Amino acid sequence: MNENKGFKNTAITVNMLWIFLFVLVPNLIVVVISFLERDPVGFFRWEPTISHYINLFDPVNARVFTHSLTYSFGTTLLTLAVGYPFAWFLSRVGRRRRPLMLMMVIVPFWTSSLIRTYALVILMKANGVINSLLVTLGLAKGPVSILYTDVAVYVGLVYSLLPFMILPLYAVLEKLDSRLLEAACDLGATHLQVFARVVLPLSLPGVMAGSIMVFLPSMGLFYIPDLLGGAKSMLVGNFIKNQFLTSGNWPFGSAASVFLILVMVSMMAVYLLVMKRFNRSVMP
Amino acid sequence: MKRWVGISWLTAVYAFLYIPLVTLMVYSFNQARFTTVWKGFTFKWYIRLMGNQQLLDSFFNSLTVALVASVIATVIGTLGAFVVSHYRFAGRKIFFGLIYSVMMSPDIVMGISLLMLFVLMGMETGFMTLLLAHVTFCLPFVMVTVHARIRGFDSMVVDAARDLGAGEFQIFYRIILPMILPAVLAGWLLSFTLSLDDVIISFFVTGPEFEILPLKIYSMVRLGVKPEVNALCSILFLLTLAAVTTAHFLTKEREK
Repeated sequence: MNENKGFKNTAITVNMLWIFLFVLVPNLIVVVISFLERDPVGFFRWEPTISHYINLFDPVNARVFTHSLTYSFGTTLLTLAVGYPFAWFLSRVGRRRRPLMLMMVIVPFWTSSLIRTYALVILMKANGVINSLLVTLGLAKGPVSILYTDVAVYVGLVYSLLPFMILPLYAVLEKLDSRLLEAACDLGATHLQVFARVVLPLSLPGVMAGSIMVFLPSMGLFYIPDLLGGAKSMLVGNFIKNQFLTSGNWPFGSAASVFLILVMVSMMAVYLLVMKRFNRSVMP
Repeated sequence: MKRWVGISWLTAVYAFLYIPLVTLMVYSFNQARFTTVWKGFTFKWYIRLMGNQQLLDSFFNSLTVALVASVIATVIGTLGAFVVSHYRFAGRKIFFGLIYSVMMSPDIVMGISLLMLFVLMGMETGFMTLLLAHVTFCLPFVMVTVHARIRGFDSMVVDAARDLGAGEFQIFYRIILPMILPAVLAGWLLSFTLSLDDVIISFFVTGPEFEILPLKIYSMVRLGVKPEVNALCSILFLLTLAAVTTAHFLTKEREK
């Protein structure tokens, strides 16, 4: 009996301890330090202040945040616009071909986004593949500058995050009962009505999960604007990175991170709330 | 008509996803150093990689961290998945919430929060800190992969074993573990891939003496496109491809 308890308790303790020490504590440190005064020697002083949060609203800093949020909203909408029809068509592909096609989405999902971003550089640079192609085809006289623009950052973000939108969407669309669609058609619904009143509401959990999985990382991927964007392209991630590595300003960087944590918590809260209502309305 | 739209949409997206990667791999075999013009097939960039001691060192460092971190994460994560599905204990819900928040939280927040933790604990950044960080972000993936498999089992098997006098450890080791082994292996492979590819978290928690491949690639890429980097990235991509495909078959097997 003792041995039994020993195994169970060790297994629980190791897991709880690890998560406590390396997840809960570090996040608490971020929150606490964001409310402390900056110190040039020891990173921070034990003096409470909210000045860092006020500083975030300083026009120069606020611009970085609004800019980054614009990127994230844009990327989420673009991935949704491209990914939703894709996931829908994929879920209608014949059973035999689907596993391979699904696998071809899963592989980029796990492939290092740095490598994939670098691959885009090869395509988009001044003497890169796209430009050579444009010149050869006579569509452009000289190299067009694609790299180091806002457009390149959008392409990079969409390219990196598209699989994160497709997979949750596919997961819900695949389970969609096709008899519901037939029923709707039999009852006289148009294609648009079937989509708006049957397919879309039922795929809402996938839309939300995908949007969260795209929106959250899109604020942090600092190497995408670094490699693809111009001098002004900055994400919240670049901002935080600079605070920690260039300015050595822990409290200010922490305050910016708390912003990200708040965005994450609110998105997850909305998701859970919607899911609760969704489950109640779908499975009474 | 409708069929035609579907096929072209699927084709376009696959082209978007794969053209850059294929281009990368094709150019890793191109003779030309500076242009994108095809100057003939060569293995020389791959051979040159083998002669670059710094790169080989960082590759070896990355493999070491990925191997150790993924094994530790798999052991702890498998136990964790077993524990949450078989026992009720105080803080179980909070624990589950934290696991999900790790998967969701932006890498950069995890990176800087762990950096501050390690500095405050007086730890020198390097192998140890990198290892602890990697185990932490791999853990939830193992747990979720294994948990999905454990949930699919009949709990009567466990009850039967218990009636026949098996202890808790015996139940885990002799009954559960053999049944969930494919999922455990899949979780391990995915952790290995995650760890091998991570840039953002490693960026903050490693020190100057312990260089790892993704960060080395990052600093090389910032200086521009080089055929050696093409070759290196192609190798890493193929490694990921192999690991992910294997993991996929391990988790899908039971559906047959």
